[in-house]
Amino acid sequence: MAELETAKPFPPGDYPCIVVGSGPGGLQTSYCLSRLGVEHATISADDSPGGMFRLYPIFQRLISWTKPFAPAEPKSRAYEWYDWNSLLGAEPAHRALVREFMDGSLYFPSRAEMERGLREFAGRGAVRVRYGCRWTATGRSDRGFKLVTSDGEYSCRVLVLAIGTTTAWKPPDAGLEEVPHYCDTKPLSEYRNKTVFVVGKRNSAFELADALLPVARQIILGSPRPAQISVDEHAAVGARARYLQPYEDHVFGGGNVLLDAAISRVERHASGYRVTAQGTTRPGKLSLEVDEVIAATGFTTPMQDLPALGLAVFSEGRLPVLNPFWESVSLPGLYFAGNATQAAAGLNKYGIPSNSAAVQGFRYNARLMAEHIAARHFKILQPRPQIPPDRLVGHLLAEATRAPELWNQRSYLASVIERRDGSVVHGGIQPLAHFVDAPGPDAVAVAVETDATGDIHPAVYLRLANSVSEHLLSSHPLHAFETADNTRHLTELVQPFK
Amino acid sequence: MEPQRNLAQMLGSLALFSDLSHPALEAAAHTFSEQWFAADQRILRQGFTGSGFYIIVEGEAMVRIDGKDVTKLGRGDFFGEISILLGEPPTADVVALTPLQCLVLAGPVAQSFLEGHPKVMYRLLQAEAMRLKNTLRWQN
Repeated sequence: MAELETAKPFPPGDYPCIVVGSGPGGLQTSYCLSRLGVEHATISADDSPGGMFRLYPIFQRLISWTKPFAPAEPKSRAYEWYDWNSLLGAEPAHRALVREFMDGSLYFPSRAEMERGLREFAGRGAVRVRYGCRWTATGRSDRGFKLVTSDGEYSCRVLVLAIGTTTAWKPPDAGLEEVPHYCDTKPLSEYRNKTVFVVGKRNSAFELADALLPVARQIILGSPRPAQISVDEHAAVGARARYLQPYEDHVFGGGNVLLDAAISRVERHASGYRVTAQGTTRPGKLSLEVDEVIAATGFTTPMQDLPALGLAVFSEGRLPVLNPFWESVSLPGLYFAGNATQAAAGLNKYGIPSNSAAVQGFRYNARLMAEHIAARHFKILQPRPQIPPDRLVGHLLAEATRAPELWNQRSYLASVIERRDGSVVHGGIQPLAHFVDAPGPDAVAVAVETDATGDIHPAVYLRLANSVSEHLLSSHPLHAFETADNTRHLTELVQPFK
Repeated sequence: MEPQRNLAQMLGSLALFSDLSHPALEAAAHTFSEQWFAADQRILRQGFTGSGFYIIVEGEAMVRIDGKDVTKLGRGDFFGEISILLGEPPTADVVALTPLQCLVLAGPVAQSFLEGHPKVMYRLLQAEAMRLKNTLRWQN
């Protein structure tokens, strides 16, 4: 295994850019900034790489797949669609690393396998981090930002916070003060032959319920809205199929229950808890006596003093308000990486969110953010090679069929071709919301989208004289979009670029 | 800092939802999502598929058709409903004039939500009738 640096790099001082965090968002951002030649310091309160994966998921198995065998070669770009967990490497030795450490028993890695993959990425990719350096306070300066840390004071022009949206959160005033959070779940043996009420019906709630099935006497999942299932929602944000055994139990009347109710109070007493709730889909007051309650009510971003500094936030203060390049709209120069990038909603077509809350989505956001920071703040521009006009249609259809950025971030990231100085050139991967809303040269972008019926198809966006039009191409039962029909349609659309 | 309101509290403060009980508001809150937009950001895009139903909680927005300003919207106003009711792309852009906080209902769940909440549907019809009346008054 590659060795991690033992001496502490990046002593307190002034840096052009600082990245805070050593989870997958921080590692990916730092790796990409280094590759682009952006001088920066990375600091982390942790003592090793991995972020949340040093602890979670609580039952030690991920819900994001890394397929040992797939239609694409493991070190190829296309394989990234089949590997949702590895970070993005510029060299083959840095790619598809989580796969190397999986034991082959499941195509969902264990927490330890994921952590090892991230640690290996930091080592092989030479991602230097000052570990054990805790950010404690923030200030503004003429140049940008000041950071107070456990090791001393830092300053920078550009600040990237990759601090995770993984801090336990319970809704205030919801009567859950005495209820332990998902993060404080006890060992399974402590729930043996007990009735357990889980507050919530999202993935963390179903993860708990699925793990409790063999030990608990009865499991009740309660929240106001019926469970949203990923296969119905066409998005990974719904409860994943992997955890649905408790749902089937409920549907069959097997003893475990999914309850649609607004909880008004949870009181602790000598022998357990009393849960008081109001039914929603079936109105009426409910009072339940249970042995244990766990709040699977979600997570928050540890913003510290940033709101007092002027950071605009939403979702009850849990997420920052970000522009399409994941920069704060109220504190320019402050960027968020990692799962906080879910705050930039993008086009959100048909209500289907991006995958920015998970590694498979935010690793691409980090790479684009690094390119954006390099170009905007440090004038380091990416080469934009020309593309011969006769290859334009084939390139765009190939991108729609195999580009992992477009598949992992549907309706969110797009592959772009631009006309610059009379030439047709690659515009790289761009946030779709930026492409359709910001002024720019004449260009064509392709994205992969899912509609309300679940149909997956390419979508083409044409920008001519800063007016953008949308054109949907045909789907294919095997997602092989390089058809004669699509070739004909796209050839007509890109006539202005020939 | 002032604590942020949760979604149920935001919905309860809007005329469209004023007939809903607390549990119904809690359930509705889990159907809507909250989104913030910076000034000048486009929210609804003319001619694009897959849009949603938006209700303004805070801030102002402009309805634009083919680049021309048509109507200013403010707190409690909603937009995007014609597109999702007819299943057609929006016929206008809506652009934030100020920082804008919206509650958003995804297009695919709008029908089931409105059928499950007839009092909200009635309030929405009243608002549409008011818009039609104002439009006819201008035409006459």
